[in-house]
Amino acid sequence: MLDSKIPGGPLADKWTQYKNNIRLVNPANKRLIDVIVVGTGLAGSSAAASLAEMGYNVKAFCFQDSPRRAHSIAAQGGINAAKNYQNDGDSVYRLFYDTIKGGDYRSREANVHRLAEVSTSIIDQCVAQGVPFAREYGGLLDNRSFGGVQVSRTFYAKGQTGQQLLLGAYSALSRQISKGKVKMYNRHEMMDVVIVDGKARGIIARNLVTGDLERHSAHAVVLATGGYGNVFFLSTNAMGSNVSAAWKAHRKGAFMANPCFTQIHPTCIPVSGHYQSKLTLMSESLRNDGRIWVPAKAEDAEAVRKGTLKPTAIPEADRDYYLERRYPAFGNLVPRDVASRAAKERCDAGFGVNTTGEAVFLDFASAIMRYGKTEANVMGLENPSDDKMRELGKAVVKAKYGNLFDMYRQITDDNPYETPMKIYPAVHYTMGGLWVDYNLMTTVPGLYAAGEANFSDHGANRLGASALMQGLADGYFVLPYTIGDYLADDIRTGAISNDTPEFVEAEKAVQAQLDKFVSNNGTTPVDDFHRRLGRIMWDNCGMARNKEGLTQAIADIAALREEFYANVRVPGSAKGYNPELDKAGRVADFLELGELMCKDALEREESCGGHFREEHQTEEGEALRRDDEFTFVSAWECNGKPNDANLHKEGLVYENIELKQRSYK
Amino acid sequence: MSSSGILKSSLAKKYAMALTGLFLCLFLVGHLLGNLQLFIPGVEGQTAFNEYALFMTTFPLVKVLSYLTYASVLFHVVDGVVLTLQNRKARPARYAVEKGSANAGWSSRNMAVLGTIVLVFIVTHMQNFWWKMHFDKAMPTQTVNGVELKDLHTVVMNFFDPAINSMAAAAAGLYVLGMFALGFHLWHGFSSAFQSMGVRHETYTPWIERAGQAFAVLVPAAFASIPLYLFLTQA
Amino acid sequence: MNLTLKVWRQNGPQDKGHFDTHQLSDVTGDMSFLEMMDVLNDKIIREGGEPIAFDHDCREGICGMCSMFINGEAHGPGRGVTTCQLHMRSFKDGDTITIEPWRASAFPVVKDLTVDRSAFDRIIQAGGYVSVNTSGETLDANAIPVPKADADEAFNAATCIGCGACVATCKNASAMLFVSAKVSQFALLPQGQPERKRRVTRMVEQMDKEGFGNCTNTGACAVECPKGIDLTNIARMNRDFLNASVTGQ
Repeated sequence: MLDSKIPGGPLADKWTQYKNNIRLVNPANKRLIDVIVVGTGLAGSSAAASLAEMGYNVKAFCFQDSPRRAHSIAAQGGINAAKNYQNDGDSVYRLFYDTIKGGDYRSREANVHRLAEVSTSIIDQCVAQGVPFAREYGGLLDNRSFGGVQVSRTFYAKGQTGQQLLLGAYSALSRQISKGKVKMYNRHEMMDVVIVDGKARGIIARNLVTGDLERHSAHAVVLATGGYGNVFFLSTNAMGSNVSAAWKAHRKGAFMANPCFTQIHPTCIPVSGHYQSKLTLMSESLRNDGRIWVPAKAEDAEAVRKGTLKPTAIPEADRDYYLERRYPAFGNLVPRDVASRAAKERCDAGFGVNTTGEAVFLDFASAIMRYGKTEANVMGLENPSDDKMRELGKAVVKAKYGNLFDMYRQITDDNPYETPMKIYPAVHYTMGGLWVDYNLMTTVPGLYAAGEANFSDHGANRLGASALMQGLADGYFVLPYTIGDYLADDIRTGAISNDTPEFVEAEKAVQAQLDKFVSNNGTTPVDDFHRRLGRIMWDNCGMARNKEGLTQAIADIAALREEFYANVRVPGSAKGYNPELDKAGRVADFLELGELMCKDALEREESCGGHFREEHQTEEGEALRRDDEFTFVSAWECNGKPNDANLHKEGLVYENIELKQRSYK
Repeated sequence: MSSSGILKSSLAKKYAMALTGLFLCLFLVGHLLGNLQLFIPGVEGQTAFNEYALFMTTFPLVKVLSYLTYASVLFHVVDGVVLTLQNRKARPARYAVEKGSANAGWSSRNMAVLGTIVLVFIVTHMQNFWWKMHFDKAMPTQTVNGVELKDLHTVVMNFFDPAINSMAAAAAGLYVLGMFALGFHLWHGFSSAFQSMGVRHETYTPWIERAGQAFAVLVPAAFASIPLYLFLTQA
Repeated sequence: MNLTLKVWRQNGPQDKGHFDTHQLSDVTGDMSFLEMMDVLNDKIIREGGEPIAFDHDCREGICGMCSMFINGEAHGPGRGVTTCQLHMRSFKDGDTITIEPWRASAFPVVKDLTVDRSAFDRIIQAGGYVSVNTSGETLDANAIPVPKADADEAFNAATCIGCGACVATCKNASAMLFVSAKVSQFALLPQGQPERKRRVTRMVEQMDKEGFGNCTNTGACAVECPKGIDLTNIARMNRDFLNASVTGQ
């Protein structure tokens, strides 16, 4: 049975009491302890910086050319915190409650409450670091609203919040690098975790420039390596985002939790062609002002698809604002899983609006007029013309979302100030990940997972602006404390040798796989397999899943994996800079993960959050949970092939919240 | 930071460039005002100009200023050469295709070349007049109220008189060319000096830029008009 | 459309390097520049060659990884875009496109179009931070009001993605725009004041040490900057450095 090590006591006091009683490592001893942090996104950078500040010797690794480029940088909309600056009734409890409900009751109460508690410190911390959040004219911080909540608790920096937060964490990291407390390894990829006497004691890393393998030892290893959305090939993830570090950990004994919980984000720029390499998100913040609709008449949709009818020419009465129709209470701000499924439902019914039939409109016309009217009032204009109001309104919208509109225009060549955006759901985030206990430790002692790489806080669906919150909470305020409890045992251990048989063996195995790839003499490039895997995943393990499809997908992925090893072509050698070889290793791991995701989705005979099993839905087509049977975390133990993985269940106990059918009506 | 640090810094070199450059702009104004006396006709003009020349070469404060000017030119040149060499070193391999015109003005990209042309002009110009004024034993003279003045006015007139100097046309042409180079150099240099010193303001910088451009056109044009006028009226 | 691509190939920092020419057909306007490069690499791999190495990651213009000098301009002909956001509709059938790496002695070539920009990291390490510990026990975020205009300007400076287009574009390979953007962000905020002089001095010192060229105020960097960082930042840094140098610290 999995022990999540949740401390006792009332929910609101658990974290404080736990911190008060946790074992500490004194400053002199911290200098004797090494910690490896893999990944330098929000969780990794903040963890590395905090651990170094506390006195540990940190080695940090990233595959990019600089820690500042980790994909947290691309987060657009914002970061939640229960500050209640807007006096709209927000509180730690409400943030906790919204997150549990938004996650469709598949996350841990204690973890989520802790997250809500530390959320306020994050904002204080970031402001102190010089993160330029948006402010009001009075000089105080501004907030906006995100999906699935009825308060404004999202702090933001235009559409570049992730960038600003990451640069803040990166600056804290840089400060520690300059002090020599963090040794930074850029362009290094973790190839394996090394386990000595049952504990994580180091990693094998590959210098991507020289191709050399390196052994790095430490007393503990932290994986802050992000999510695995790229298993779908097309996603909003960066091209390099991968599962390999987490997957290697899984193969070495760490359990994978809820791997099938994938977030499909409703507002992305639709696919335009076969050559497409990635999908671009249009921030959820746009749903504050944009209205989502499709034509109410099938023939209008048909004409729009053919290009014979302009969307602006469709009268109000013939538009179906389906989110406002189906969910009057939350309207366009329903959670992501709900909005995505609703878009799919309309498109499947034949109302999609681009050439592929897979797009809906996100329309700013009424917001532009609304803002224009307010502006005209502020300026004291009497009876302003519609054109004048439109002009004023566009300026307001530009100030709010200018960079997103520019990005949209750049990609699609359409002007969203004049014509509605076309959007469609795309893979964005993975709630699943390495199973961790309350301390963020995986099932391998000394191996931790933070940020998107773990599974703990978002259940079956993550609310907008919560990923940044979780990454920084884990890195700044949770892990630096909880890791001490484990390391307190290591003050007399001394430096870990990297010359032991375990390191030698691990390095050999990694080298063997690399050599196998470059000497394979296949004919097909890596991307080809990746694309095909993505298609299988999207069709069978995407927004809607069913038993038949998943069973087929498991077989298809296994076959594709065999073909990959037989026929992949990796040019160049294992020495020197070889991005194709890096990719091959990552895709090999995706080919295993995909299978496990399908297996997990198959086993979970219910619908919850982002996991929608067609067999389990309400009469109105909403997700139907089966709490009596599935109120647990699926934690998979590797047992050779992904399909042979063993299932462990961590029961979820709700002491403070009553489980309800989620309703946003 | 130590005082030697600031001198070594790339920014300090730019401050020096800016300050010497702006000082030389002041010099240009003074020099131009004096030279405009060449437009005064007859003996009256000759006297005025020669008295001015005497004043410029003997008055103590002007002497100090002139040494400052020499030093500024020298520093501006040496500093410019050092900066240019460093800049070359910063990009050892050139681009095969480089579209400089897409993102920057022509003069801003050619300050070193323009500066070199201006320097060549200054050397020639000093050899033509400054050297004669200071060191030529055969300088003609003019007697005014019993005092014998070096007659720089006649030297200038003769220099641009085709009847006397067979190269007058070439000389006038060279002077005009020199002023073109100076104009382009100032077109960028004037406002650039303010930017280097950190003087930039949303409202005032456009005015500084406009003033710099006006300066870059008017001052060299006025300078160039003198040899042109002298050559054309005497031709 | 059909294109002729002249691509820089270089096996490492010591290699002399050369151009390879490729013909590519069936390129569509909706492709991003990097997707076009993917198609080219796919073709090269299938023909048994070694693909062109280039840096890229987020492909949405924010990570700052992509870095190509296209037809004589950093990130190509577009304004306010990175290479990954440049779309092929900016080119026409029959065009010849020359693709080079960023060229600067401070950015040595790793391979082909990939360069080493760790000099930027070292400049940030020299002082591009506020020295505050990550305890969370700081002032409440709203304790110090910041005028909206200052916050907005600090934000604009902070949007720098560290791609190095400024260096690549500058005829002197100067890093002034990058450094001044970071200096400005903190100079504009109350949180940055205590270390203001020390920061600018140390960052400029490191910038010089890395071997970047000098600023000659051509303004090319600001024109090519994908995030529109402007020259005001450079002036601010010039001012701050002068102040720090004259008044000591």
